[in-house]
Amino acid sequence: MTEPSKTVQMALRVNRESVEATVPVRRNLVDFLRDDLGLTGSHVGCEHGVCGACTVVVDGAIMRGCLMLAVQADGCEIETIEGADQSGRLAALQAAFHRRNALQCGFCTPAMLLTAAALLEQNSKPSRDEIRDYLSGNFCRCTGYQEIVDAVAEVAGADT
Amino acid sequence: MNFQAPIGSSLPRDRAKRLLAGRGQYVDDIQLPRMLHLAFVRSPYPHARVKSIETIDAVAMPGVARVVKGADLVGVVSSWRGTHNLFPGLKAPEQHVLAGDTARWQGEAVAAVAARSRAEAEDAAEQIVVDWEELPFVGDAEVALENGATFVHDSLGSNQAFAAEVKQGNTELAFQDAHLVIERRFRFNRHTGVSLESRGLIADYDPSADRLTVYQSHQTPHQQQDLYARLLDIPEQNVRVICPDVGGAFGLKHHLYPDELAACAISKLLERPVKYIADRFESFLSDIHCRDHTVTARMAFTQEGDIVGMQVDDLFHAGAYSQYPRSSIAEGNQIIRLCGIPYRHEHYRAAVRMAYLNKSLLGHIRSVGHPIACAVTEQLVDLGAKQLSLDPVAMRRRAYLRDEDFPTTSPGGIALEHLSFHGCLDRALERIDVDAFRREQAQLREQGIYRGIGFATFVDLTSIGPEYYGEGGQHISAQETCLLRLEASGGIRCYTGATDQGQGIDSGIQQVVAGVIGVPVQDVKVNSGDSELCPVGGGSWGSRGAALAGEAALRAGQELRRNILNIAGVLLQKVPELLDIRDGAVVDATSGAKQLALAEVAQIGHFRPYMVPDNTPSDLTVTGRYASRDRMFLPANGLHVAILDVDTDTGLIVFQRYLVVHDCGRLLNPLLVEEQIRGGVVQGIGGALYEEFIYDDDGYLCNGTLADYLVPMAAEMPDIEVEHLETPTATSELGAKGAGEAGTTGAMGAVLNAVNDALTPFDVTLSEVPLTPPRILRALGKI
Amino acid sequence: MKAPDFAYLRPNTLEEAVAALGRFGDDARILAGGQTLMALQNFRMASAEILFDINWIPGLSDIHEEPDCLVIGSLVRYAGLEASSLIERDAPLLSEAVGHIAHPAVRNRGTIGGSLALGDPAAEMPACMLALNAEMVLCDANGERRVPADEFFLGLYETTLRPDEILTAVRIPKARPSQCYAFDEVARRRGDFALAGLAIAGKAEGSALHSVRLAYFGVADRPVLAVSAMAMLEGQSLTAELIDRVREAAIGELDPPDDPATPAAYRRHLGGVLVARLLGQLRERLL
Ligand SMILES: Cc1cc2nc3c(=O)[nH]c(=O)nc-3n(C[C@H](O)[C@H](O)[C@H](O)COP(=O)(O)OP(=O)(O)OC[C@H]3O[C@@H](n4cnc5c(N)ncnc54)[C@H](O)[C@@H]3O)c2cc1C
Ligand code: FES
Ligand code: FES
Repeated sequence: MTEPSKTVQMALRVNRESVEATVPVRRNLVDFLRDDLGLTGSHVGCEHGVCGACTVVVDGAIMRGCLMLAVQADGCEIETIEGADQSGRLAALQAAFHRRNALQCGFCTPAMLLTAAALLEQNSKPSRDEIRDYLSGNFCRCTGYQEIVDAVAEVAGADT
Repeated sequence: MNFQAPIGSSLPRDRAKRLLAGRGQYVDDIQLPRMLHLAFVRSPYPHARVKSIETIDAVAMPGVARVVKGADLVGVVSSWRGTHNLFPGLKAPEQHVLAGDTARWQGEAVAAVAARSRAEAEDAAEQIVVDWEELPFVGDAEVALENGATFVHDSLGSNQAFAAEVKQGNTELAFQDAHLVIERRFRFNRHTGVSLESRGLIADYDPSADRLTVYQSHQTPHQQQDLYARLLDIPEQNVRVICPDVGGAFGLKHHLYPDELAACAISKLLERPVKYIADRFESFLSDIHCRDHTVTARMAFTQEGDIVGMQVDDLFHAGAYSQYPRSSIAEGNQIIRLCGIPYRHEHYRAAVRMAYLNKSLLGHIRSVGHPIACAVTEQLVDLGAKQLSLDPVAMRRRAYLRDEDFPTTSPGGIALEHLSFHGCLDRALERIDVDAFRREQAQLREQGIYRGIGFATFVDLTSIGPEYYGEGGQHISAQETCLLRLEASGGIRCYTGATDQGQGIDSGIQQVVAGVIGVPVQDVKVNSGDSELCPVGGGSWGSRGAALAGEAALRAGQELRRNILNIAGVLLQKVPELLDIRDGAVVDATSGAKQLALAEVAQIGHFRPYMVPDNTPSDLTVTGRYASRDRMFLPANGLHVAILDVDTDTGLIVFQRYLVVHDCGRLLNPLLVEEQIRGGVVQGIGGALYEEFIYDDDGYLCNGTLADYLVPMAAEMPDIEVEHLETPTATSELGAKGAGEAGTTGAMGAVLNAVNDALTPFDVTLSEVPLTPPRILRALGKI
Repeated sequence: MKAPDFAYLRPNTLEEAVAALGRFGDDARILAGGQTLMALQNFRMASAEILFDINWIPGLSDIHEEPDCLVIGSLVRYAGLEASSLIERDAPLLSEAVGHIAHPAVRNRGTIGGSLALGDPAAEMPACMLALNAEMVLCDANGERRVPADEFFLGLYETTLRPDEILTAVRIPKARPSQCYAFDEVARRRGDFALAGLAIAGKAEGSALHSVRLAYFGVADRPVLAVSAMAMLEGQSLTAELIDRVREAAIGELDPPDDPATPAAYRRHLGGVLVARLLGQLRERLL
């Protein structure tokens, strides 16, 4: 692309399905996923990268959906809570969150789950401090964080 | 009444499963056909005259449907005043959806753009040219009340909005004779609720039916229905407010906001659905704020450590207007009623003054006024103990109201049933060995580690009764109704006027209904958050769901149970008293032998009702209703204990331990209550350590983003131990009191006392929150 | 808030990129990790006409070694630095510092080049470059130039980068076995920008220190060296008394900005606390 443009045609995979779309370049990834694809499980809490509610998985790594342009996902493999839920890869975390009531309003929850899953992929036996540390970029106003930490610790314990 | 499981069981919530799968539906997830998006032009100044608003360029921008100024909405929507009949002295100015010729706070909206997308609405809003004339502003309550201060509202002729005093005994005399009087001046800086999901709504007006449907992230659908009907002049039966999943509320979503009402008005004007979602910037500027109080308080003691009396002077402000519909006085009013409340004392005088000034509105956020009253009282108790060389625990033990003192009315005028101060303290001391702590503290000090312990005893005024808003003239229900319907298949549908923003009240009610009737929880489906379908209720705020809606559910459950057994009795030719319902089936009460499935009973009730004699109550759709009588509040109580380290080089604080002993009467579901408490504590810690709006000398908000307005995050927060005592209230059969605010109520006081305890060797006392590192180091004389 | 309207350009090679930058220069803004720029755009605080996405340019995302230095491509993400064994071996200060930046999801996307080009005064990477005496590699249509860290940071969000230049890499002298380093910062919460921070790198011969660089961040309009404190350390062994004098000197030469939330005196005080703590750690390690 050598000339600046205001819309871009792109092809990507979202939750293991191919998606082709023409997007205005100014649209960020989370708005694209929510408004264009109807994947409303990713949330918007600040649009400046701080709250973590918009976390999605881009080519296997968690990222802020509000700090990426949709066009930057061209050619990428995106996974949102909807895809992660259906694949079953979050099942143990979801069950532990549910059992321990590690959520109240649930607005932070999809991002918490994806972030916790990313931690467990890297470190299957995190300490409580490591869990708190890894989740430190995800704001939850409702819970006291403790049950979230407990739930992640429980799943980590059960893995081995 | 026999409270059987699942009442009191730690069951996970139904609703949580959807949320965990990313299948929640919050208001911004909803799209309607032909929907427009709103963006506002807001005042960049704390106080300014609007000389003109030029919209030509904005109107021509792509995607714009309409640019709206205040004048365009005249006749579409009415103005209002945030008065309260219980406080006739409250002066409340008239407020409009869009400011007219004067903007009185930074963030007040003066114009709106409705466009195809939010981005386009913002593009156009940037093209609106407002000719502002900056006016002198008032940014501080003290200054506002000085002679010669600029008026926020010329029409009021003063910036004083309200003043009141509560008195018992004679504090002047008592203080003269007292052995010791401690006086402190406290500052509680301004913060807010910061729900992760910001405020938002979709207003959908259909002119063909004169019908308004509003999907709104809100706590009180019926209150909104009434307001929209009245202010937009639409028959109330044509207004429906639906609160879908709500991403946290904490009190900031139980008010009327001008921008939200503007969205409704613009939908009515344009006859199309209109969505408005506050962005984070707008949230910080325009959500209700809280605290911002300066309290001067004195406590008098005898030599032995008894408390003789208390004097309290609270100065705060409403922001630019009195908030609607609840008014802005509650925070100050709670403070003057709640100071000193856990302690025996006879002499009490507390006064409050509320000003207007040029900042966004102050209103009710979780635990209105309580954290302040608690922190003030508990710090004075600690300081008294120190001066009298008493241990803070011993001091409390001596001065608390005793079991034999109840029932009583506090010097601030609050009726107290039975509160378990001593029980809570005993339980805390079972968990925390204070003597061992003191030994450890002394050793650590030698290594330069400053660890402190802080206690904060609290009373939480939960479940406000109709005597407050009903009497106050607000259309806010303090009565709850529960509607139950036994389906032909034997399942039960339940509709409640309470709402659930994650607290789990849906589950609490489900458990009550299941427990009272005798069916498995999964056979009960609770519906809430819809002003059309659900019986009139107050929604959720002020820790009211379990106590009020829970009791209504209990009554409805009892009636449905009775009717089921009546029908079963007819079918089985037995007196209903010999039957019971267990695990979803009608059984023989003595043998437990199964007699009928609920479905069999329901099918008779629904399809062959002629089998039941007319005079036998057999309705399978029933309602239960509950409102308290003769009491304004349902006080709950508890104790917080914080243990933490203060780094005296950096001023940073690290928690070591945190314990809450809590008594909210009958527990419907300990799992849910515990996480309510923990979330509340963390929010309270936010106020104690981090959260503070900072304004510069020109009255501008300096930290209106989540990057510089600090909220508590996971890494710094402690694990929080929660212990329960259960002293059921005798005012209802269920015996539940509220629990939603208890965590926030005590945290500020506990943290403040712990920090001051840690800093004992330096002989300093901090009385301003949040306890930021610079404040701590300044107190220590290091900067 | 939604980003204002802009156009987007995605060069596929460095040559294409610098050519286009030469053409659009002032109207364009480079988009690297976007972890700052996107937030500014979303708040309509930055409104470039053209965003110039360099993420597709190959060769900017590698870390490779030359005999005396490590060359870190400007698009290397923080997570890449964290995971790199080369960095751990040859630039351990960076390994230690990078974990202080933000949170995992931000570190997965934010780039070292973005941080340096932005020149946030409270950021970790710029101070580390200063402490390590790194060189920035800047490219325009005419070729490349190298600027030492000492000359790169000019002021608040201001560097020597010209609008038509791309920062392509940083060159960091490899740590010798004799290198000593220390890093710490004070922040209110995990991952926050520092209220004050300090990166130290130098050589230890026996117990004597040489060429020690004390690079502060969060205490001025850019990362700064505490020059007089550094001079006091030259050739000396660390003693409690020396650390105390260095602390005094460092406090004396810091002149932090005042802001309503954080008074200058507080940041200056932290400058003293940090240097005393870190030199204390070094002293223990060298004993
Ligand atoms: C929640 C949060 C917390 C954060 N905490 C920290 C922290 O503690 N410490 C910290 O240091 N940072 C922090 N950051 C910022 C983060 O480190 C950014 O990634 C970094 O500042 C910019 O890097 P980027 O790659 O994202 O650059 P971008 O945002 O893409 O760009 C930043 C600026 O640099 C320019 N630019 C980028 N790359 C180049 C290049 N190669 N050549 C020329 N110009 C270029 C851009 O034009 C832009 O002006 C935080 C961010 C967030 C969202
Ligand atoms: S919405 Fe992206 S971090 Fe808050
Ligand atoms: S559950 Fe509400 S924000 Fe986390």
